[in-house]
Amino acid sequence: MSLFWDTNLGILILTVLKTLALVVPLLIGVAYLTFFERKVMGAIQLRKGPNVVGPFGLWQPFADALKMLMKETIIPTGADKILFVLAPMITFGLAIIAWAVIPVNNGWGIANINVGILYLFAISSLGVYGVIVAGWASNSKYAFLGALRSAAQMVSYEVSMGFVIVTVLILAGSLNLNAIVLAQKHFWFAVPLFPLFVIFFISGLAETNRAPFDLAEGESEIVAGFFVEYSAMSFALFFLGEYANMIMISGMTTVLFLGGWLSPLPFLPSGVFWFLLKVLICLFVFVWVRATLPRYRYDQLMALGWKVFLPISLVYLVAVAGVMEYAGWLPNA
Amino acid sequence: MIQNLAFYLFSFFLLASAVMVVTSRNPVHAVLFLILGFVNAAVLFLLAGAEFLAFVLVIVYVGAVAVLFLFVVMMLDVDFAALHEGFQRYAPVGALVALIMFAELAFIAGTWAIAPAGSADRLFPTPDNVSNTVALGQLIYTSYLPLFQLSGVILLVAMIGAIVLTHRDRKRSLHQNISKQHARTPAQTLAMVRAPLGVGAALPERQREEETHR
Repeated sequence: MSLFWDTNLGILILTVLKTLALVVPLLIGVAYLTFFERKVMGAIQLRKGPNVVGPFGLWQPFADALKMLMKETIIPTGADKILFVLAPMITFGLAIIAWAVIPVNNGWGIANINVGILYLFAISSLGVYGVIVAGWASNSKYAFLGALRSAAQMVSYEVSMGFVIVTVLILAGSLNLNAIVLAQKHFWFAVPLFPLFVIFFISGLAETNRAPFDLAEGESEIVAGFFVEYSAMSFALFFLGEYANMIMISGMTTVLFLGGWLSPLPFLPSGVFWFLLKVLICLFVFVWVRATLPRYRYDQLMALGWKVFLPISLVYLVAVAGVMEYAGWLPNA
Repeated sequence: MIQNLAFYLFSFFLLASAVMVVTSRNPVHAVLFLILGFVNAAVLFLLAGAEFLAFVLVIVYVGAVAVLFLFVVMMLDVDFAALHEGFQRYAPVGALVALIMFAELAFIAGTWAIAPAGSADRLFPTPDNVSNTVALGQLIYTSYLPLFQLSGVILLVAMIGAIVLTHRDRKRSLHQNISKQHARTPAQTLAMVRAPLGVGAALPERQREEETHR
């Protein structure tokens, strides 16, 4: 029996099953994240949020999905048709494939690769293409302005994000996400690296185009930015991609700083429950920030990225590396 | 077997997108095909077992360099009719350059020989059974540290040069000094004025001051 699972066909079937076991809950999670956001924002703003469709409004995400499916997909005449259709697919696809390496429990990642963190970083740096291609292919001023903003924003935040990740790597001594989580057995990296944890989270907000950095959408200035021209399912893919990216950044934060699946209390067993709880807390902060803070102005956003985050993360990296080397705390390489 | 199949598949994609870079009429499409080419090259690195290089290629070239490149190409309004105009006239020169380059490449490929030690290395890219990220780090930061530092300095010089060339101190633009704004008190900004009938309020001191500053 075990022989079949070692053949190529067996490995293929097993991988497909594993992927389904991850992607299906993820998509349901994305659907309910929209519901969660609307409920939490409703509570913060003293409203009720969606409460009509089903008990407590629980079927609202499905009602929205059905509505999107029934609508007409409009492709503008001036648009570059292939790229116009391709852009939402890129956004959504990248948001999903990043999950291939995130370990939700000890060894539960679909691919436990040596350079998992580099894979994540590479995928999240590709995310900008969905936005740029959409903005350009729409052949519309507002969409193009949104794409330009988004490109400048993502490129500037990636640099400090990279330094933060390198600092985490110095502490963990590995690029493998499983090993990074296991290295946090005694203390979470959020404790010694608290400023970097904050920088990473804020850069995550910018990377996912979430408020207060949702300048690429900026509905009060450039209508809806890069997805002005999108309708129906192609719009829904952008929308879902944004939420999937939020979950992905939360998962990354959890793995890098909050000890992944490890239990924070020594007398309780570690497990996937803790991973989900930490991701949920991160997501709550995402929504909380959106409901609380006004949007940044464009030059303020760039100044924050290059003049505040970059120097802090760079100095912190050098300081951490120096202390680790001097004190001999470097993990064996 | 599957590895070979994947290699040929992605090499085909790489070559096809390289051809499309040159032949596509729309410059944005050309850059997007270039990006596709980068990604396929990264996959080839992966197949060769060089996962660090593969992801660094994606992060640096696809994630940063190509974004800026795409940016520039989108902003430039390239007139393609004008570009194709002189095709007849320049074709012979272009063909000559292509021929010379092809001859050079053929010469190199014809006389290329791999040392036996090198081909042994090629089979086992990382000697000490460490992952290639570790191997690369050990090489760069021990044997080749001076060269590595030197290349870093060269890049720094290039960066400073680019900043010096493009930086213009625009005195006339309105800069926002955030700490100065925060330090302002109501006494500096507010003035209660009772405007006399028929005369109106005089322009406050502060505003006049700002106007002379410009």
